[in-house]
Amino acid sequence: MEKASRNLQILNVLTIVLLVIATALVFFYAPRERVMGDVQRIFYFHVPSAWVGFLAFLVTLVAGIAYLRTGSRGWDRVGYASVEIGLVFTVMTIVSGSIWARPAWNTWWTWDPRLTTYTILALIYVAYMMLRQGVEDPDRRARFAAVYGIVGFISVPITFFSIRWWRTIHPVVIGSSSPTAEGGFDMTSPMRLVFFFSLFTFTVLYFCFLANRLRLERLAERVEQLKARWLSA
Amino acid sequence: MSVASSQTEPDVANIAPRKQSLSDYWLLFTDYWRTVGAVLWKDFTAELRSKELLSSMLVFSLLVVLIFNFALELDRAARENVAAGVLWVTAIFAGTLGLNRSLSMEKDRGSLDGLLLAPVDRSALYFGKALGNLLFMLLVQAVILPVFSILFNLPLIKPLMLVVVLLGTVGYASVGTLLASMAVHSRARDVMLPILLFPVAVPVLVAAVRASSAILVAAAWEEISPWFNLLIGYDVIFVAVAYMVFDYVVEE
Amino acid sequence: MIETRALTKNFGLKPVLRGVDLDVAPGEFVVLFGPNGAGKTTLLRILATLSKPSFGRAAVAGFPLPAGAGEVRRRLGVVSHHTLIYGDLTAEENLRFYARMYGVPSPGKRIAEVLRQVGLSARRRDLARTFSRGMQQRLAIGRAVLHDPEVMLFDEPYTGLDQDASAMLDGVLREVAARGRTVLMTTHDLARGLAVADRVLILSRGVVAFSAKAREVELGEFARVYDEMVRQ
Repeated sequence: MEKASRNLQILNVLTIVLLVIATALVFFYAPRERVMGDVQRIFYFHVPSAWVGFLAFLVTLVAGIAYLRTGSRGWDRVGYASVEIGLVFTVMTIVSGSIWARPAWNTWWTWDPRLTTYTILALIYVAYMMLRQGVEDPDRRARFAAVYGIVGFISVPITFFSIRWWRTIHPVVIGSSSPTAEGGFDMTSPMRLVFFFSLFTFTVLYFCFLANRLRLERLAERVEQLKARWLSA
Repeated sequence: MSVASSQTEPDVANIAPRKQSLSDYWLLFTDYWRTVGAVLWKDFTAELRSKELLSSMLVFSLLVVLIFNFALELDRAARENVAAGVLWVTAIFAGTLGLNRSLSMEKDRGSLDGLLLAPVDRSALYFGKALGNLLFMLLVQAVILPVFSILFNLPLIKPLMLVVVLLGTVGYASVGTLLASMAVHSRARDVMLPILLFPVAVPVLVAAVRASSAILVAAAWEEISPWFNLLIGYDVIFVAVAYMVFDYVVEE
Repeated sequence: MIETRALTKNFGLKPVLRGVDLDVAPGEFVVLFGPNGAGKTTLLRILATLSKPSFGRAAVAGFPLPAGAGEVRRRLGVVSHHTLIYGDLTAEENLRFYARMYGVPSPGKRIAEVLRQVGLSARRRDLARTFSRGMQQRLAIGRAVLHDPEVMLFDEPYTGLDQDASAMLDGVLREVAARGRTVLMTTHDLARGLAVADRVLILSRGVVAFSAKAREVELGEFARVYDEMVRQ
């Protein structure tokens, strides 16, 4: 089996180190939040997850446009890998948000604009995967996926605004629905440090996953090629 | 689309290149819209004969309204709140039906190839198809709206309401035609279109329902106009995106 | 008129055309034989601008593919085993639609002329879905020659036709379609294909494995050569 390249190995180790440091910072260095208590620490994982979910979608958009213009399969692989990773982080975001909301606001779910839009984002991801699964011809699959990635990405900001306007023009009757998922707290500077470090770590984690996933995909394709050659010989 | 068809030898044209005059642009323009018109006319004529699409969309819409009637216990006040929502959910489901059938009929008969073989701009094919779908959806709405007014006992036929229906349906039909063109090639074809379309069509739903509700209770213009703007923005953006991207969907 | 060099087409990892070299001179009638899966339809689709080659070159009527696809389409008439006819429209309406799509000048006259040539004038106001398969194929040929193309591609036009219909199609092919035009046709029917062709080719496993002038080939021997190739 082909060994991972040197750079990839370094990236893997670096990511693990960053994760360990980030976790330590979150649990030991970051101060205890006044109102919500320790549960607020989820914030340091929740928001970076949300960011990665969005970043992954952005990468898919760029990869989609690049694929349509160049026709090079590499871009399709990037788009596909990115959606897979993005979906995982999106689900993590929603779950961690839900876990946080329960003790903080006494509810598992709110229909606030950010959360609702984010869920729709997750559904678009899932639709992307299902579209890929349903199309047999690889070239067509890649083209369709690229197009849907573009259409989906453009729809997300519009969706966000439409839901936000809906919420402000007709304010929600129920109590615990602040439109800011982080809750209303100000960050002191140690909190800011931990937050940005966590954000950075998660971004590196994303690229680490992406690189590994791409390597996996390349190896899988090699296997398919060898199989095809062997069977038709 | 080349205008060199009016010249006999392509090589001669290379020696003395013609400047594209106004009449050339006009020719391209009319050619393009002639194609759009031809596709539209074809769909319309065929549909008038078989009435397959319209009848199924219509019957389906009426059934959905009926089901909502049983599913939601509606007293007078509730009916007012919910009418806009029920109207648009019905429109969306029936629209999906129409989009699916309109494009799968082309694909199954292989006539998609017939369209692609013609020396026409791919985007003209898109506009022809999308306009056809739009027309069918509007025709169904033209029947459903009065029926709705009667069943829900609400004044739905107002000019502003008709504008909302138009804008919302344009947005839905344009994205729907693009995505249906893809869904039709996939395995779980009937279910694929809603899965692809609904998440992306949420802004249309939200804006259309909010605007319709506001119009029903005769709210102030300031409450209605942001939704109009959203619908117009959505329509413009996605028609432009579909125009740019349709080539890649149909070419192999 | 039609030429390909090392034309290759892969569907994902699966190679279908593995370097096809083809030359069809202007006015020539070439018939391409080959077993299922040899790539005949794929080759025709590429020449018809419906599909893009993975590697290699192709050109029709002097225009390269896929770059000059727009120009090629104008000069191309295609009859495939899908009829591309709309069942809910009459014969006349079908032709009118395609006349508009191809920008045919004085469509009314041209449509009447074409209907006469394919022998469907009497049925022109009838819905196409009431036509027999043979009549549908004739209408399809009418559709294909409407814009007076220089090049014709036929993909297994005899599929689903009985003896009488096939014979009638032969006639229409010779008079209407083939006259003065360059034709590339694929078929399974060895006898028929040999009878109408100027030159015959066999496509096997993605390459042209055999090429000869039709006059110089005798049916029985040809059938044997074909069987051998198919069995390999």
